[in-house]
Amino acid sequence: MKTRDLTELAARNLREAVLRNSLTTLGIAVGVASLVAMLSLGVGLQELANKKLSKSGLFDAVFVSSKTNQRGMGRQNPPESSTPKEPAKILDGEARQKIAALQNVVEVYPEIRFPTEIQFEGKPYSTTVAGIPPSAKAEGAFDGMKGNFFSTPDADEAILQIEFAKDLSTQPDSLIGKNLVLRYAERQPLPAEPDTKKSKNDSHGGYSADEITGQSPGFSIVPREKTFRIIGIVETEPATSVGSFGRGRLLIPMQVAEVLRVAQANDLRGLLRRSSSKQTYDSLTVRVKSPTQVKSVEETIQKMGYGTFSLLDATKSLRLVFAVFDLFLGIFGSLALAVASLGIVNTLVMAILERRREIGILKALGAADRDIRRLFFAEAGVMGLLGGIFGVTLGWLIGTALTFGTNVYLHQRDLPPIDLSSIPWWMVAGAIGFSIVVSLAAGIYPASRAAKLNPVEALRYE
Amino acid sequence: MGDALVHAVDDVTVSVRPKEFVALLGSSGSGKSTLLNLMAGLDRPSSGAIFAHGRNLAEMSSEDLAQHRSHTIGMVFQAFNLLPRMTLEENVELPLRLAEVDRNDRAGRVREAVERVRLSARLTHRPSELSGGEQQRAALARALVNRPTILLADEPTGNLDSATGDAILHLLQEINESLGMTIVMVTHDRDRAARYAHRIITMGDGKLLSDGTKI
Repeated sequence: MKTRDLTELAARNLREAVLRNSLTTLGIAVGVASLVAMLSLGVGLQELANKKLSKSGLFDAVFVSSKTNQRGMGRQNPPESSTPKEPAKILDGEARQKIAALQNVVEVYPEIRFPTEIQFEGKPYSTTVAGIPPSAKAEGAFDGMKGNFFSTPDADEAILQIEFAKDLSTQPDSLIGKNLVLRYAERQPLPAEPDTKKSKNDSHGGYSADEITGQSPGFSIVPREKTFRIIGIVETEPATSVGSFGRGRLLIPMQVAEVLRVAQANDLRGLLRRSSSKQTYDSLTVRVKSPTQVKSVEETIQKMGYGTFSLLDATKSLRLVFAVFDLFLGIFGSLALAVASLGIVNTLVMAILERRREIGILKALGAADRDIRRLFFAEAGVMGLLGGIFGVTLGWLIGTALTFGTNVYLHQRDLPPIDLSSIPWWMVAGAIGFSIVVSLAAGIYPASRAAKLNPVEALRYE
Repeated sequence: MGDALVHAVDDVTVSVRPKEFVALLGSSGSGKSTLLNLMAGLDRPSSGAIFAHGRNLAEMSSEDLAQHRSHTIGMVFQAFNLLPRMTLEENVELPLRLAEVDRNDRAGRVREAVERVRLSARLTHRPSELSGGEQQRAALARALVNRPTILLADEPTGNLDSATGDAILHLLQEINESLGMTIVMVTHDRDRAARYAHRIITMGDGKLLSDGTKI
């Protein structure tokens, strides 16, 4: 029998026992729905975690430190670092340029973060200032910001963290466009002429390694002021370096922050340790094009003789957790489908009893065993297909309802909404395919039993 | 399934010539229906041979037997055996579906077969909406539609009153004469067998009792 005729006959047979077949199909649909709902929840949570993590800017970054600093940080040195005692490499401007020139490196910047005071509308406020690299724009923290990101990497512009903005004004939105004055302590190399320094400083024409290279290891501290225009307000503060979450409340461009030469707490320690007068960094953050390149960049930097750290390993174990999580959700979902497949076996076996005579007639009219088998298979397959489609829809509805419920709950607690369940196209295709396969498998026994029916006996059956 | 072997048909040798109308006569349990089913390829003999157009049905695969039933044999039953949920037209079309006849040819073939049994006005009716005689004519159309060479009829008048039964037998005779189709009809009605068939074969207890052209 040709496939089209077979399908027509199968569809006709399914229509004839519409209640029983609908209930069986519904059983499959519920099975598929539970499978889809479970998996979509797993995938949705995983996507949510991945999105938040990758946007945090921590997974495409390598944190580089001079080895002299490592012991105190509780890190394990990579094996190759235990090679015969070389003098610890100093992380200076030259090293920074070298690292910046590496393949796949987007940006290299130090961590600049200092507590200070600002003047706004005549009143002083104390706060923490953080330098933000241009690459931070792509991160999630700036997604829902009010106003704009820095217009140029060296603009005298500031972005306020919302809590700080609330301190400044009861209507934070009105702050955008206003100016504030940053007061800070500038570190000045001892022999330098204060006047020339200041004029250079005010030009804001960027910076170079020379500019920030002092002449002598000692320095003096001079109070300075600088005016910034508020251009944006951000909900959360982006992480620019490891272990620096949520401390900067006033964000300024990294390039501007570097030129300020603000005296930082570890300058004193650096002063004692430093042999030369060069500007050095405790640590640098290297932003890599994508998380997949983190490993190779990290290895290259290690070979240069610096200590490195990245959060790549942390994501690996996270992925493992999700894989196991998905597996378990999938197994529970499949159980429901397995139960539904018993429903198919039952329905088709019943159909054989009911249609014995019809099978006999078909055989008398020239149907081969194969035709009968395929007919029953087709019926099982159609039930699987319909159950699959219906089940995916049902599963999607369940996922949507769960997301909706969760978001109502989150809204009550003033938390941002999330997309809890996710049904990618492969899951739709996979679930329908799986449903058909399970249904066909359930149809094997009834179909072969129907095919083997003796036509003479079947015709005698009343 | 563990059934003891019963010789429903034992040591019977019969030959039917092309275009012959043969009546298989016998009381119930005489083995006449079994003989018919063997000819149809619905059943297989435990020993012996059945030749149709030179091929031994006893040695055919079940696939080949299905082909034999589809292309060589048309069958009519006492209980009509129409599929109750299909219309007359769909019932008649069924063998064409099974034989994988091209879709474009089907409607014409169905019309032709239905015209031959004079049921053209009833195409869209279901079996339950037809009288017994009409149902048997529909079954006859279904048996003819794939243009078989042999028509096997198992008590075709058994469920019909005598007038309707005669009409059916008349139709069979007409088909035999106009189409030159070989007909083997099982019946227990000696009178009618004598009136319509060329030859009567009598069976009893699975054995051949007599085989002869009628006078």
